[in-house]
Amino acid sequence: MSRHGAAPLVDHSGIGSGGDLSTWATLRRGAVLSPELTRGLGITLVLALLSTLGRVMVPLVIQRTTDEGLLAAGGPDLGRVWFWVGLAMAGVVVTAFSAYAVNVRLFTSSENGLAALRLRAFRHIHDLSMLTQNTERRGSLVSRVTSDVDTISAFVQFGGLMLVISIGQIALATGLMLWFSPILAGVVWGCFIPLFFLIRHFQGVVGRAYTVVRERVGALLGAISEAVVGASTIRAYAIEERTARRIDTAIEAHRKAAVGAQVRAVVAFTAGQFVSGLTTAVVLVVGTVLAARGQLTLGELLAFLFLVNLFTMPVQQATEILNELQNAVAGWRRVIGIIDTPADVADPAENGVDLPRGPITVDFHEVSFAYPGGPPVLQDVTLHIEPKARVAVVGETGSGKSTLAKLLARLMDPSEGTVTLDGIDLREIRFASLRQRVVLVPQEGFLFDASLLDNLRYGQPSATETEIWGILTELGLDSWVRGLPLGLQTEVGQRGESLSAGERQLVALVRAYLAQPDLLLLDEATSAVDPETEVRLQRAIDGATRGRTSVAIAHRLSTAEAADEVIVVDAGRIVERGPHTQLLAAGGVYASLHASWAAQQGS
Amino acid sequence: MSAVPRSTLRRGVSVVARGAREQPRWFLVAVLGSALYGIMTGAMAWVIGRLTEGVIAPAVAARSVTPGQLWQIGLTIAGVVLLNVCGIILRRVGAGIAMYGLGASYRQKVTRQYLTLPLSWHHRHPSGQLLSNANADVEATWNIFAPLPMALGVVVMLIFGAVQMVIVDPVLAAVAMVVFPLLFGANAIFQRRMSPQVTRAQQLRADVSEVAHESFEAALVVKSLGREDEEAARFAEVTHRLRDANIAVGRTRGTFDPAIESIPTIGTLVVIGVGAWQATRGEVSAAEVVQIAYLFSVLSFPVRAFGWVLGEVPRAVVGWERVAAVLEARGGMVFGDNALRRDGRPISIAARAVEFAYDVDQPDGSTEKSPVLHDVTVDVTAGSTTAIVGPTGSGKSTLAGLMVRLVDPDSGAVLVDGLDLRALRHGALAEVAALVPQQTFLFEDTVRGNVTLGGHYADDEVWRALHIAHAESFVSALPAGLDTRVGERGANLSGGQRQRIALARAIVRAPQLLLLDDATSAVDPSVEQAILDDLRTVADGMTVVVVASRLATIALADEVVFLADGTVIDHGTHAELLDRCPPYASLVTAYARDAAAREEEVLLP
Repeated sequence: MSRHGAAPLVDHSGIGSGGDLSTWATLRRGAVLSPELTRGLGITLVLALLSTLGRVMVPLVIQRTTDEGLLAAGGPDLGRVWFWVGLAMAGVVVTAFSAYAVNVRLFTSSENGLAALRLRAFRHIHDLSMLTQNTERRGSLVSRVTSDVDTISAFVQFGGLMLVISIGQIALATGLMLWFSPILAGVVWGCFIPLFFLIRHFQGVVGRAYTVVRERVGALLGAISEAVVGASTIRAYAIEERTARRIDTAIEAHRKAAVGAQVRAVVAFTAGQFVSGLTTAVVLVVGTVLAARGQLTLGELLAFLFLVNLFTMPVQQATEILNELQNAVAGWRRVIGIIDTPADVADPAENGVDLPRGPITVDFHEVSFAYPGGPPVLQDVTLHIEPKARVAVVGETGSGKSTLAKLLARLMDPSEGTVTLDGIDLREIRFASLRQRVVLVPQEGFLFDASLLDNLRYGQPSATETEIWGILTELGLDSWVRGLPLGLQTEVGQRGESLSAGERQLVALVRAYLAQPDLLLLDEATSAVDPETEVRLQRAIDGATRGRTSVAIAHRLSTAEAADEVIVVDAGRIVERGPHTQLLAAGGVYASLHASWAAQQGS
Repeated sequence: MSAVPRSTLRRGVSVVARGAREQPRWFLVAVLGSALYGIMTGAMAWVIGRLTEGVIAPAVAARSVTPGQLWQIGLTIAGVVLLNVCGIILRRVGAGIAMYGLGASYRQKVTRQYLTLPLSWHHRHPSGQLLSNANADVEATWNIFAPLPMALGVVVMLIFGAVQMVIVDPVLAAVAMVVFPLLFGANAIFQRRMSPQVTRAQQLRADVSEVAHESFEAALVVKSLGREDEEAARFAEVTHRLRDANIAVGRTRGTFDPAIESIPTIGTLVVIGVGAWQATRGEVSAAEVVQIAYLFSVLSFPVRAFGWVLGEVPRAVVGWERVAAVLEARGGMVFGDNALRRDGRPISIAARAVEFAYDVDQPDGSTEKSPVLHDVTVDVTAGSTTAIVGPTGSGKSTLAGLMVRLVDPDSGAVLVDGLDLRALRHGALAEVAALVPQQTFLFEDTVRGNVTLGGHYADDEVWRALHIAHAESFVSALPAGLDTRVGERGANLSGGQRQRIALARAIVRAPQLLLLDDATSAVDPSVEQAILDDLRTVADGMTVVVVASRLATIALADEVVFLADGTVIDHGTHAELLDRCPPYASLVTAYARDAAAREEEVLLP
């Protein structure tokens, strides 16, 4: 992870789709990622082979029974019939038991393997940098650990086994056909070879059709979710009709794609059926010629027809499964794509260092930052923040002030330059240590669908209720919590929607506060809170942050007035810094920002 | 749910009947196709038998075969195959069109309900659940139409086979009559055992998805508090529960599948055994025994189609019940048929003794009322600007929402131009009033689409609205200007940019009543000031209600309503309230007092 002075822009090309992996490479990579899938596979295959043998042998034995027992010259030979029937019964039992063992083994190993794959993908998504996460819709990230994995499991559990069994049956049937009549065996294969090419062609067609269906499902969910999440906007503007039309378009597009894919899949499947049927016809025609020439008996011809059935059934099954395989491989590719997307803002883990606790010194050395493909947001920022300092960063929207906070929390890495805490490059600090010591409170702090207590505890699960009440009192928020229907036990609802926007910010703030970081970063963390509460919080935090360093990004300049030092960012550069009174007197950018703030507060 | 209730099957039948009624044509095509397939599958054995007897055997005996005979063999079989394949195509395509058609029509019905049902209903239902009602549950309901036609075709096939058997030999037919019910029975037991397990796995799959969704939406918080390990543990817990449930499903399937597969084979063997014994007694011919054994092996596989249908029944029933719960939900807002004057002149709005409480879900699943507004009476005269001021959580946003009828009061009334909002026809209020909410919502559409929301506005009107909202410069800098797509929920824009687009959305409509609910919180103070100044130039024709906390905004208001704990504490001009209402004064002058206090601290260390 070494970076040199003029490192190029970090590559934020987004999340891989694994689209460049071939089917075979995908399966191999998948097996490497889920070793549980291949563990003990040998025994499973042996058992599968056993049950396949049983499946082929039982009809053959029935065939012999009828040939040699029932239709024996001079009337049915009851003894032979009983013997063969008994043998077949034994075969049935062996098949059943080995099939049972195969099923259970496959389910166990595949579920274990896929659960591990799910967990790995899930964890990796959280390890991806914020920018990489933002290149993809949340719903699409969810599908990588849910439906994509499900398509794999469907294949591994049913398709995979059936494919093995089918291939075994095809091989066995081919061997038997060759033994009966090499010529007819050649005829059968001759009929089926075009089918193999046809299958390859259809696989592509069907696979593409299902890709379209999946895309349409995504669009459909997007359209429906607008009606759900945007419900109040839709009501307020009475655009129900328009929304309905947008949804209908997505529904209809999905329906068309699904029917289209179904038709293609049916055509692919019936092509197999058709070829099988025609093979029977050709075998009968050629066999009749051979029999008429005395190269084959009538009994042999009829027995051979039976073998053709044994051969075509698994071939058709394999056709279906290969289609399913396309689906599974597509899902697998997407999961592998995410796991193989490099976490560009990575935890140095064991190569990293731990920061000792205590007030933090912050340094920016010639830091520049640009979003991928965008203009620089920060340029050549050099900045030193003393331990225990309370710093306010102000500036207009788009000046780059939020970027400063994100770089400090290491949500992103600078394109150039370094950010250090206590002299140590952020990129060398272990995440476990960094997240304990540096906590960012974003403007929209996400709340979980749980009680207020659970949400407050999120950053510090060991906090007791007494501690929490202590902190709430310290911040002057105890009466607010007492005023809620069930106090700390109040359920906050989905995304905290039972609370107002300002209340959600209070929760996010207390949550961070409970985590007792040494560097507290507030990114517009109180923008929706009323002035009195904000001032009160400000005072409380000031008192509490005496021992720690705090950086507040704010457009309410009351924060700046209270800070030890104000840093003014304009067009990606630090243009002014110093205490509020000093900057005000200087009559620069800050003075004019403050003037419009004061104008709003004054009168 | 420990076992499938007996009534599940009955309810399953009613779901199927409903589907068949709504897609009669394609369903019929599928069933006819399936019957054709069934007949042709049975006919294949018969045709081969006839050809062997009538053509092949004589030819072999004669040791010569004519091209005519060969054509007869080839074409007859090809004909049967072709019909069989046609049957399959009709069956599967017909079933597919019926199934996806039903899915599409019920997705429409469900989403129509989402658009009709009141916001209070939305608040009670998690959005993840609503998404899965419209998607996965609709799919689960109608998936039964995939195997159903096949099963119905199998009925034809079975009748066909049974008749053949009875004609040949009643004793052997009786064996069949034992084996097929056994097969049904085994399938039925299998499905009974299976369906609760499958339902559980389905529920757990939804749980896994829910945890993943919430966790990924919270990604920033997870990162900034370093909670990745704990999130992974939370996800691992549900994932492992799903894994165990799936393994349980596998075990049941693993037990029953081989058993069900064995039954027909065992049946065939019994037929052969019994048949051989009967043949020695001369009651049937050996050839007839072979024919019946063959029929058995042909019929036993398709019979499993019943198992597939039975397997889908619980899923379909559960899916349907969840869909039906949405479709049967009532309490859509009632509308009258009054319209409002649309003359571009301001209108008045008033709240009369309004009470409002939200339903709050309790951990035990019950809901409790959480009172938000109590006896709120507010008068906003036409053309005036009124500020609603109050501490965090005092009910300001709820009051704003009531004024554009996002929700209805539990008691009391909201009147616009003296008319109860509930007496207005649908859409009438939106034609004259616009709310810019605190939390903006942008559609996955272009900037233009997000401003016009499908209304007919000329580009220069859109630009003018963007200009007043101070969004003009950044919109014109976007790659495709007005035609730039803003991404899902406007993800390609910053919070302040989204707010300004939402503001332009309201302004372009030239509303006669404009409600701003802290609508510029993510915008810089200087820009905010400029927006408010520019807004005043167009506000002549508007009544403005603004939820605010900044003194400058409040000072512009003709009237201030001070709200605390859901009740109106006082109202009057800013100066009056400052004078006589200490909590109000303390709230709005907080910044100034704080600044003054700090100066004193500096002066008197």
